[in-house]
Amino acid sequence: MSAHIDVTNLNVFYGKQQALTNVSISIPRQQITVIMGPSGCGKTTLLKSFNRFLELTDGTTITGAVHVDGQNIYAGDVDVTAVRKRVGLLAQRPTPLPMSIYDNVCYGMSIHQMRTSKADYTAAVQHYLELAGLWDEVKTRLHEPATSLSIGQQQRLCLARGLAVEPEVILGDEPTSALDPISSQHIEKRMLELKSQYTTVIVTHTLRQAKRLADYVIFMYMGEVVEAGVAREVFSNPQQERTRQYLEGVF
Amino acid sequence: MRLQPWNRRHLIERIMQIAMIGSLVIVGLCLGAILWTIIARGLPSLTWQMISQTPKGGFYMGKEGGVLNAILGSLYLASGATALAIVFALPIALYLQTYLATSGWAQLVRLALDVLWGIPSIVYGAFGFTLMIVLGVRASLLAGIIVLALVELPIMTRAMDEVIRRLPRDLAQAALALGSTKLEVALRVVIPQTLPGIVTAVLLAFGRGIGDAAAVLFTAGYTDRIPTSLLRATASLPLAVFFQLGTPYPEVRERGYASALILTIIVLLVSFGSRWLAARLQRYTVK
Repeated sequence: MSAHIDVTNLNVFYGKQQALTNVSISIPRQQITVIMGPSGCGKTTLLKSFNRFLELTDGTTITGAVHVDGQNIYAGDVDVTAVRKRVGLLAQRPTPLPMSIYDNVCYGMSIHQMRTSKADYTAAVQHYLELAGLWDEVKTRLHEPATSLSIGQQQRLCLARGLAVEPEVILGDEPTSALDPISSQHIEKRMLELKSQYTTVIVTHTLRQAKRLADYVIFMYMGEVVEAGVAREVFSNPQQERTRQYLEGVF
Repeated sequence: MRLQPWNRRHLIERIMQIAMIGSLVIVGLCLGAILWTIIARGLPSLTWQMISQTPKGGFYMGKEGGVLNAILGSLYLASGATALAIVFALPIALYLQTYLATSGWAQLVRLALDVLWGIPSIVYGAFGFTLMIVLGVRASLLAGIIVLALVELPIMTRAMDEVIRRLPRDLAQAALALGSTKLEVALRVVIPQTLPGIVTAVLLAFGRGIGDAAAVLFTAGYTDRIPTSLLRATASLPLAVFFQLGTPYPEVRERGYASALILTIIVLLVSFGSRWLAARLQRYTVK
């Protein structure tokens, strides 16, 4: 297993409340890693430590290190915008930006000046909308407001927008929890298609989704990692009592 | 089971409802009375001559002329002041929300703005006048614009601040997650999303500016001529109303009401215009 993200001794506090305790974990490259566990166990906190989103909340203290490709993203001289370009996030609820469908996909590429001509941008917009499985539904209405799309379409737009900045890692914070079953299926299908190109980390509290998607799982409880390993093994033969209880639906 | 339509809770609700409707009716009647006075007394004197001519000799004793000097003066003063205030208010509001957020500094700035908001505009006028004496500047359109901009600044900044504060947190985070700097979030997400509200903030400030008499009394002066230069004195509608209502001639006082009516109509037109603009700008905003 070649690790893409390495977490060492990560502790996170919100004020005085400790959210993560001594988390050390490795995330394998170009596979889907699912972080699971009961509500409030620190899943989302761990996920958001990978794109330095924790510091957006006032009063957060972070100690330890998160290495992405061997580089500590919490080192003093790291440009946070470069981290977030490399580590994309698909949020819990789709959040289209206040602009057209086209401009939503273009936005990230244009702030990072990733293309040179209008034609290149247009070609890229089509490419990423196709990758997110949305192109056929929006190709005739690219300049309409992004909010005119259905919620499920909006989430695929957010996926296209995130892919367009060419990240290496995609984080998903319960990315299907606001969606209907059909739209959820769409998103899951895309993630399975894309996993050979991207390292994907998903937080979910649906065990079935975890089983459908995961190559590798991390089980957390009360801010600590209880068990982590290859999905097949953890699901069929959990080593820890708590993991077994969780998988059996005891809590 | 017994159904009691007139129990205590329903009674309280009914009393509160009556109190709310009562407040609405009282305020509505007062505003209606003011509008009625302006229209009833001003409309007969609101001739084409009033809005197309400047005062001729003897205008203030009931002779020929109009208040074009004051209409244009007020439009120049308020437009200039509003434009100048935007230049400062928008960056301050964006800085408050994007960079300072909820820190102590932001609260201090907000407190300062609220205090400035409450200061009577005559104080701004007196301050401007003192400064002009020190600098040796005479009453002029430019001085009036600068002082009026100061009057408008707190209301505009705080209104923008409140609009930007209501921006959904997820929206800024979505842009940050793509690797935006805070400036890019401010310029490419916050402003487009809050533009309708920003337009309203600008309108509020414009309304305050164009209706203010005290700030321009010492600083812009008054003249019967149409303003042609930033460095010349200029008339304004609130002062025109004030001067005309203060004369002993009934026909001039009627013209004072007509001038007030003109001022009201200008504010109304600007208000409708900005509403129309805000509605058009809403196309891409996220609800």
